[in-house]
Amino acid sequence: MTTRTFVRTAFAPNEPPPLEADSTASRFARSLFATPANFALTVLSVGIVALVLPPLIRFLFLDATWSGTSRDDCLANAGACWPFVRAKFGQFIYGFYPAAERWRPNLVLAFGALLLAPLLIPAAPFKRTNALLFFGVYPVVSFVLLTGGNLDLQKFLLGRFLQWTTVAGVGFGIGLRWAFWTDFLFSAVVIVALVAALAALLRASVFAAVTAAGMVLAGLGIILLAVDLDFGLAPVETRSWGGFLVTLIVAVTGIVVSLPLGVLLALGRRSRMPAVRYACILFIEFWRGVPLITVLFFATYMLPLFLPRDVTFDTLLRALIGVALFAAAYMAEVVRGGLQSISRGQHEAAAALGLGYWRMMGLIILPQALTLVIPGIVNNFIGLFKDTTLVLIVAIFDLLGQIRASFADPNWATPVTLYTGFAFAGVIYFVFCFGMSRYALYIERRTAAYGRGS
Amino acid sequence: MKRPAAESKAAAPPRRGGSLAADPRFRAFVVQAILLIAIVWIGWTLFENIRQNLAAQKIASGFGFFGETAGFGISQTLIPYTEESTYGRAFFVGLVNTLIVSALAIVFATILGFAVGIARLSRNVLLARLAEAYVEVLRNLPLLFQILFWYLAVLGTLPGPRQSTPLLGAVYLTNRGIIFPKIGLEPGSGIVFGALGIGFLLALILRFLQRRQMLMGSERRSFGWLTLLLIVGLPALAFVLTGAPVSLKWPELRGFNFVGGARLNPELLALLFALSTYTASFIAEIVRAGVLAVPRGQTEAAFSLGLSRRTTLRRVVAPQAMRLIVPPLTSQYLNITKNSSLAAAIGYPDFFYVFAGTTLNQTGQAIEIIAITMAVYLAISLATAIFMNWYNRAIALKGA
Repeated sequence: MTTRTFVRTAFAPNEPPPLEADSTASRFARSLFATPANFALTVLSVGIVALVLPPLIRFLFLDATWSGTSRDDCLANAGACWPFVRAKFGQFIYGFYPAAERWRPNLVLAFGALLLAPLLIPAAPFKRTNALLFFGVYPVVSFVLLTGGNLDLQKFLLGRFLQWTTVAGVGFGIGLRWAFWTDFLFSAVVIVALVAALAALLRASVFAAVTAAGMVLAGLGIILLAVDLDFGLAPVETRSWGGFLVTLIVAVTGIVVSLPLGVLLALGRRSRMPAVRYACILFIEFWRGVPLITVLFFATYMLPLFLPRDVTFDTLLRALIGVALFAAAYMAEVVRGGLQSISRGQHEAAAALGLGYWRMMGLIILPQALTLVIPGIVNNFIGLFKDTTLVLIVAIFDLLGQIRASFADPNWATPVTLYTGFAFAGVIYFVFCFGMSRYALYIERRTAAYGRGS
Repeated sequence: MKRPAAESKAAAPPRRGGSLAADPRFRAFVVQAILLIAIVWIGWTLFENIRQNLAAQKIASGFGFFGETAGFGISQTLIPYTEESTYGRAFFVGLVNTLIVSALAIVFATILGFAVGIARLSRNVLLARLAEAYVEVLRNLPLLFQILFWYLAVLGTLPGPRQSTPLLGAVYLTNRGIIFPKIGLEPGSGIVFGALGIGFLLALILRFLQRRQMLMGSERRSFGWLTLLLIVGLPALAFVLTGAPVSLKWPELRGFNFVGGARLNPELLALLFALSTYTASFIAEIVRAGVLAVPRGQTEAAFSLGLSRRTTLRRVVAPQAMRLIVPPLTSQYLNITKNSSLAAAIGYPDFFYVFAGTTLNQTGQAIEIIAITMAVYLAISLATAIFMNWYNRAIALKGA
C-alpha cells in the first residue's frame, strides 16, 4: 500500500474552544481588541463618546442653572438655563391660549390619553367601542372644548339655492338658528327621498337604502348639533393656539382623518373598476410626489381661491386639511401593503360564503390587513409628528415655532438660551418619537410571534 | 398591474330576481359614472370659484411674469444672475440650487449611511452601540429641528470673520460660512485638467484589462502603482510643463470680511449637514436590514469554498444585499429632494424659497406659482424614480 499524502497519520491538534464557550468578559474583550483594526475602531469610538458625552452631561446637569427668575441668574453659569424653560413653559405647551381657559386643552389631552392608552394595549377589551370613541366622538368633543363651539351655523344645503330668510333669528336661546335647522330637516327629507327613489329605480332594497341614508344624516346632525350648541364656553381663536398643543392637534387630526381616508384610497387603488383605480392612483402619487411644505403653501394660499367667496377658513384649519390629505396618501400606501399580504384564499373563502365586497373587506380582509400594518401606521404617525414642525413655515406656532420665537425675548437673552431651548424641544420630540417607535417594534414582534395572517 | 382576481364582485350571485343593483357590471358602471361626475363637478366648481375670486381680486392670471424683471438679489447663484434678471432666470437659479444641495446631500448621506449601517453590524460592541445611538437620536428628531439647530446653534454661534482662527492654516469657520482657498485658473490650466482626465481614462482601461485577464484565468497582478502614477503623475507632469497655471488663492481678512478664497454659505452648510446626517440614519437602517436579510448559509457556503472574509462580503453578501437595499434607498433619495424645500425656514435660496417664496410674494400669482412648484417637484421625483428603477432592474436577478 503506497502512502497517500492526504491521509493523516496523527491526530490534528485541538482547536481552541468556540467563542460561545468563553466567559462574557473575554468575549467582550475579544470583540473590542481582537485585531489591530478592531482596536483602532474601539479607540475611535471611545474618543467620540469622550468628546460628546461629558460636555453634554455638564451642560444639561452639572453646570446648569436650576433656580432663578431672570436672565441674570443664568449668566453666571455655562450650563443650561432651566429657569428660562420654566418661565416659558406655558407658552411652549399652550402658545397664547388664555391662561384661565387652559383647563380645556388639559381636558382634551387627558381624554385623548384615556382613550388612546387602551387602544394601544393589545389586551385591553372593547376595541371596537374604543376606536369608535377615539375616531368618532373624541374629535367633536375636542373641537367644541378647544374652540368653544357655538359655530352659529347659517344655512345647510337647500338654503344655498332658496332664499330662507322667512324664519330668521336665533331660536331656543342655546345658540341654534331656526333657519339652519329647518333647512337641515328639509334637506335631510329630500336626500332620503332621493335615495329611496334611486333604490326603487334600481330595484334594490328601499328599506336598507333609507336606513343607511338616515343613519348617515343622523350622525351628521348630531355632530352639527354639538358644534352649534352654545355650551357657554368662551370662544378661543385658533390664532392664539400654539406650542405643543398645536403639534398634537396637527398630528392627531392628521392620523384620525388619514386612517379612514387612507383605507378607502388603498381599497380604491386595488379596485377592478378602472375609473376608481386611476383616480386613486393619481391622488396618491400626486401627494406623495410633492413636499409637505408645498402642500402647506397650497393650503394657505390657494385653498381660499378654490372656495366660494363667502366661505372663509381659518389658517390652522387650512393647514390641517393640507396635512390630512398628505397623510392620507402615505397611509394608503401602508394599508395597501397590508392588503397585498393577505392571501387570495381569504378572498375566495369570503366570496364562497356569499359575502359581498364591503362585507368581505370589512369582516375578513381589513381586520387582518390592518393588524399586520399597525407598525407601519405607527411609523407613519411618527413621520407625521415630526412633520408637524413644518407648519411654522406658514406662520403657525407649534412647539418648535414657539421655542424659536422665545429666542427673541430680550428678557431671557443669554449665551445659553439657544442651546437650552433646543435641548428642551429635542428631549420632548425624542421621547415621543422614540417611545412610539419602540411601541411599533413591540407590536411587530408580537404579530410575528402569532404567525402572520395567512 | 396584476391584482388578485378574488376581489371580483362577480363572485356574488344575483339574489333578487332582476334587481339591477345586484348585477356587478351594472353596479360597477354606476359607481364609476357617479365618481366621474363628482370629479368633473368638483373640478368645475373649483374652476368657477377661482375665476370669480380672481376677477373679484382683479388678478390677471397667466405666465407673463416670467419675462419681468425680478429685482431681488439671490445670495448663491451658480448661473449668472443679477437683480435686473427676469423671474424666469430666478426660477432656474433656484432650481440649480435645489439640485446642488440635493445631489451633495445624497452623496454624503449615502456614504455616511452605509458607514453607520455597517458599523451597526460590527462585531465591535462599542462601535455597534455608538452607531445605534446615532441612528436612534437622529431619526427621532424632526428634520426642521435639526436644520434650525445647525443653523442657529452651531453655525450661527461661530466667531465673526475677525475673531476666527484658521484651521489647517487656511480654512476659516465663521458665522458667515466656511471660507477656504479658491482654485485660481490661469491660461493653460485646461491642459492640466485634460491630463487628469486622460490619467483617469487610462487607469480605467487598465482596470478593465486586468479584470479580463483575471476572467481568462491568468495570474492576478497588481497594477496599483501604475494607476497611481497615471492619476497623479500625468497631471503633475502637465502642471510643471505648462508653468503652474493652477494655484490656490488664499483668503485674506480685509476690513470686516474675507477677500479672495471661496465661501460656502451657512444656509447651504446647515441644510446640507442636517439633510445628510438625518437621512443617513434612515439609510443606515436600510443597509443593516439588507445585509441581515442575506441568509447566513450564503456566508457559510462562501467560507467553506475558501473565500476570504473580504471577498465574501464583496462578491457574495453585497450583491444580494443591494437588491434589497436599492428600492427603499430610492425613496430616501426622493425624500432628500423633497426635504430640501425646508430651506425656506433658514433662507437658503433653493427653488422653493426663490420661487414659491419671493416670487410669489412679489407677483401675487399664487395659482400659477404653486402649480408650477408642485409640478417641478413631481418631475424631479419622477425622474429620480425612473433612474433608480432602471438601476434596480440592472442589478436585479436576471431571468428571475
